[in-house]
Amino acid sequence: MAEKNPKYSRRDFLRNGTRISLLITLGTVGGISARHLTHEKYVWQIDPFKCTQCGRCATSCVMSPSAVKCLHAYDLCGYCDLCGGYLKSDPNKRSTAAENQLCPTAAIQRKYIEEPYFEYVINEDLCIGCAKCVKGCTSFGNGSLHLQIIQSRCLNCNECSIARLCPSDAISRVKGSKPYMVKGSFTKES
Amino acid sequence: MINDKKYEKIKPIMSNWFKISLLFTFLLFSIAGMSQKQRFPKPEFGTGYHQPTPITPEPRALSLEYFDVVVLAVVLSLASWIALRRRSRKEMLWLSVFTLLYFGFYRDGCICAIGSVQNVTLTLFDPNYAISISTLLFFLLPLIFTLYFGRTFCAGACPLGAIQDLIIVKPLTMPQWLRKTLGLFPYLYLTLAVLFAATGTDFIICRYDPFVGIFRMDAAFHMVVLGISFLLMGMFIARPYCRFLCPYGVLLNWMSKYSKWHLKISPAACIQCKLCTNSCPFDAIDFPTGEKESKTRIWGVNRFLVYLVLIPVWILIGGFAGSQAHTWISKANSKVYLAELLITRPEVRSDEKNLDVQAFLGSGKSMEMLVNEAKVIRHKFYTGGWIAGGFMGLIIGMTLLNQVVYRRKEDYQPDKGNCYSCARCISYCPVKN
Repeated sequence: MAEKNPKYSRRDFLRNGTRISLLITLGTVGGISARHLTHEKYVWQIDPFKCTQCGRCATSCVMSPSAVKCLHAYDLCGYCDLCGGYLKSDPNKRSTAAENQLCPTAAIQRKYIEEPYFEYVINEDLCIGCAKCVKGCTSFGNGSLHLQIIQSRCLNCNECSIARLCPSDAISRVKGSKPYMVKGSFTKES
Repeated sequence: MINDKKYEKIKPIMSNWFKISLLFTFLLFSIAGMSQKQRFPKPEFGTGYHQPTPITPEPRALSLEYFDVVVLAVVLSLASWIALRRRSRKEMLWLSVFTLLYFGFYRDGCICAIGSVQNVTLTLFDPNYAISISTLLFFLLPLIFTLYFGRTFCAGACPLGAIQDLIIVKPLTMPQWLRKTLGLFPYLYLTLAVLFAATGTDFIICRYDPFVGIFRMDAAFHMVVLGISFLLMGMFIARPYCRFLCPYGVLLNWMSKYSKWHLKISPAACIQCKLCTNSCPFDAIDFPTGEKESKTRIWGVNRFLVYLVLIPVWILIGGFAGSQAHTWISKANSKVYLAELLITRPEVRSDEKNLDVQAFLGSGKSMEMLVNEAKVIRHKFYTGGWIAGGFMGLIIGMTLLNQVVYRRKEDYQPDKGNCYSCARCISYCPVKN
């Protein structure tokens, strides 16, 4: 209070000093972080071999319906008439009738190809990622139906809300250059 | 090899059904190694069937992520220019509308600078975590800008700030004691967020972001309720999230306090006309201190000394409370929770509906491994509890100390730490260049 308008007061000095030390702190934090910097884009994806088909993908995604959809690896499909992923456990008939279908939203289309083979196609817009068909296919069939995060639908949240709740830790970040773990082309690491 | 051994041992008692199921298990195991062998081999089609391929759309391009950083840098520069040079509320308003549309509704509120605090924390504590360049820049750029130009980020570049700023109807003035008390919550939120991120438990800032559901037009019910109640509250208490919760705001506050060029209400000397006093919806204008207060100086010095001595006490109390609470807080970690559940209530093992327990039992991981992992995490929470509690104690002590520090102010000026540089007050000032 002694000098009214000094050119460079004690308070200015302190303020400038604090600003510089704050800048240095930021630089240090940035520098340490920069050592773990990645030039890759990372996206969330499900490892189908770790997935236990618990059904949380349908309910825990921030999107509704979930960004997790069932993907069909046709290479692995047996084209069975008695499909564990399409039909309920005790179907009245092996037909496309609604009461026989396992999928709650009728997202799987069954198409006759030739005796005795049927093709199963997932309608992605109807699929809610509940994994009922995946469970059926994995338990009774080849496991060609499996869950994957569809990258065009995924918001790539900072922390995947499904990954947080996934009981088998099947969801992790993968490189954006290989954003899918489609069964057949992707095999279990062991 | 393992399968063959099993096979021979069981052979004598095998029924036909058992044979088939064992064969299936064997086949299932061999899928991993030889992907061609399946339970039901792929048929050879005679009718010229064309097999479709699964559709796998590509994620958003990396270049677009860098574009977001460029947009942020441009918006920050514009906001600083508008606040300091143009001194125009109208232009700032349009900039915040753009931010709301771009970072809010187009980018779905993710990535944001507020959440990036957790990514940076995780990078510092987890050597396996890699942070992307854009995330790091989203964290650093607003802080650096704030260090020079004040919190122009809050005014123009933060979608959460923008949505709250646009709905202010009739802001109420809050008493100082209430503001200061509620103002402790951002520190607590930041401390917890850092603690949870550092232990790899959770990203609470993202999970409890009240507005992200509005940006996405889709959220869980409780988050919709939270978001709407924040907006309703925000009509009368201006920017409730920014002032009383935003964890990034703590860092911005520190930076802004020492900002080099901060927005000024009056372009020239203040004429003390008091016209700007009611212009700030955030109670962020410091009034000139009267002569009365300086007369109580000796009383103030005594209080100052008492509060100064109390700071280490506050730190100890905080640290002790934090370390005592670590058992409870650490339950937020799924591994700690699961280990504790399995120990205290072993009957859950037979609970078919408990997915976490069933997945753990099916994973083949031993109980010992889980307990050891949980112990390591809990110990981190213990250490973290001391630090976090101590930090909160320090903040409480410093807040009290600040109450008795007398700073003489002669003019009406923005409270640099809490001012969002929204430029509302400028038009109230009759002094023109």
